[in-house]
Amino acid sequence: MEKFTTVTGLCAPMDRANVDTDMIIPKQFLKSIKRTGFGPNLFDELRYLDEGVPGADCSAREINSKFPLNFPRYQDASILLARENFGCGSSREHAPWALEDYGFRVIIAPSYADIFFNNSFKNGLLPIVLAADIVERLFNEMYAQEAYQLTVELESQIIRTPTGEEIAFDVDTFRKHCLLNGLDDIGITLQDTDAIGDFEAKWQQQAPWLFGAIK
Amino acid sequence: MVAKTLYDKLWDTHLVKQRDDGTALIYIDRQLLHEVTSPQAFEGLRLAGRPLWRRGANLATPDHNVPSEVNERAAGVDGIVDEVSRIQVQQLDSNCEEFGVTEFKINDPRQGIVHVVGPESGATLPGMTVVCGDSHTATHGALGALAHGIGTSEVEHVMATQCLIQKKMKNMLVKVEGALGFGVAPKDVILAVIGIIGTAGGNGYAIEFGGSVFRNMSVEGRMTVCNMAIEAGARVGLVAVDDTTLAYVKGRPFAPRAEHWELAVNSWRDLHSDEGASFDRVVEVDAASIVPQVSWGTSPEMVIAVDGKVPSPEDFEDRAKQLATSQALAYMGLTAGQAITDIKLDCIFIGSCTNSRIEDLRAAAAVVKGKKVAATVSRALVVPGSGLVKAQAEQEGLDKIFVEAGLEWREPSCSMCLAMNSDVLGEGEHCASTSNRNFEGRQGFGGRTHLVSPEMAAAAAVAGHFVDVREMLNK
Repeated sequence: MEKFTTVTGLCAPMDRANVDTDMIIPKQFLKSIKRTGFGPNLFDELRYLDEGVPGADCSAREINSKFPLNFPRYQDASILLARENFGCGSSREHAPWALEDYGFRVIIAPSYADIFFNNSFKNGLLPIVLAADIVERLFNEMYAQEAYQLTVELESQIIRTPTGEEIAFDVDTFRKHCLLNGLDDIGITLQDTDAIGDFEAKWQQQAPWLFGAIK
Repeated sequence: MVAKTLYDKLWDTHLVKQRDDGTALIYIDRQLLHEVTSPQAFEGLRLAGRPLWRRGANLATPDHNVPSEVNERAAGVDGIVDEVSRIQVQQLDSNCEEFGVTEFKINDPRQGIVHVVGPESGATLPGMTVVCGDSHTATHGALGALAHGIGTSEVEHVMATQCLIQKKMKNMLVKVEGALGFGVAPKDVILAVIGIIGTAGGNGYAIEFGGSVFRNMSVEGRMTVCNMAIEAGARVGLVAVDDTTLAYVKGRPFAPRAEHWELAVNSWRDLHSDEGASFDRVVEVDAASIVPQVSWGTSPEMVIAVDGKVPSPEDFEDRAKQLATSQALAYMGLTAGQAITDIKLDCIFIGSCTNSRIEDLRAAAAVVKGKKVAATVSRALVVPGSGLVKAQAEQEGLDKIFVEAGLEWREPSCSMCLAMNSDVLGEGEHCASTSNRNFEGRQGFGGRTHLVSPEMAAAAAVAGHFVDVREMLNK
């Protein structure tokens, strides 16, 4: 996983509540057996006017010029401003894969769906929770000012706005540690191999029926 | 002794280690795998040279991409017309072979939707921790199991470590007391609950469904309810174990037998919330207030009683809700104030991990028996949840009832719930669907989904528009 320390980048809006993972990456693209290449189909049904087909050349498709991510002013954005309950619905990790592949490193929203929130951290994508009124203010500042950028510092847990204002955010200690160091959870958990083995042996004695063969 | 909730108990018995950073390692008893969210996890193991921690904890079956159409299905994996779908199913086969995971392959009679297969085979049991790279894993909570939907990185994590890194969730009790009225199904109960608490209302919670309605509900009905906990934002849905649960589990192919059965039952008897256990949130619903539901919008919280009218943005005070309502009305091609019973349907879909079990099929068959699908309905699909459900239904003659009424009898698959196989809803078409999500494009590009119970979908098939199934059953 790519390390996450500080990101300075252009903001773009996804200005609706309850954005679901079907909207982030429609199901036909879930047929891929890879983790990469989902960026061109991020928000596919909103970004393009035609129906998305896996493997099609997206640069040849007709884009929806009314969808903000297609506005020239939001090109190359790396920070997504979003609304309540972002990422609800399916557990597909293809959703953070698509956001990351497109170029987003940070999402800022008042709340997220649990599974999406969890999946994001595993892919170097930082979902930040801020109070709804602060998110509202950031939306307004972004709409009012072209090329609106934020700087997100993970170590100090600070967001800097163009006026120099500092907004603090919370992040879970373990997830912060993994992001800062680009660490893979599995390696960390395997340091507890003995504890897992001990638990398993005890559990098998207590509940032997859970260890029967499945054939 | 501190009174514990069912969730507390399941958490405590599976806690391997509480770590200093506030996270915990939770032991996972069973991982279910399907073709869509597992290939990248197997690939991760391969790249890191890691083995499966415990091979026998895993069970796989392809479901999302497999064709439901009888002829396409007959030729097995090689017969899947869509090349990308075929490769994904082939990849599951080869991964399972390489890693030694038991798989119910495409034309194995035990194949089916992973959340139908787990309980029906006894591969998921009360008191277990169950995971699957699929948000509807909450289904297995109906057995009193702690079941989480997880992402692919976590699938790989469980494969390699048999554990999940978790923070404990909060406890919510959804209590529905009283008796359900005639024609009111478990699906109506969960849709009504989602309408009350909202699609984000359960974020951060494990929801236990309690009260006389769930005590008197069959295990399959409880599965329908727990299945959609995620549509209220909760990763976990739970129902306490009782005699109904034990009767359901007993004799299943992978259920414990003989002395193990006695041991298991002894421990399962404790799988309920203790008297006086404390919940962070309690939502009480009067069973008598629940009538057949229909979703009108593009989020599962956008539901209303069948005798209601499509709402208007002005009905809501919250600006975000007003906006969401007008966006939903535009997408759905509906007008505020329109009667739900005036919505005409192009397609009927009876199936999905929510409603494709034998009781669902019996309920739908009872409604269409001796009737005909309306001429204006262009397609009506019945897709059983597994090969075993299909066989059972055929033994009971349900397939004939459906076919005589003009519905198509298909092969087990996730099918039009999310349209990863060739069962795709057309642009602008309205579908009465027994599935779980009415998101934009979910069943097909531009498709319009209305979530309902199997009874209501069957009634809509006959009428060609929504109708109160209670009236149809009374006639």
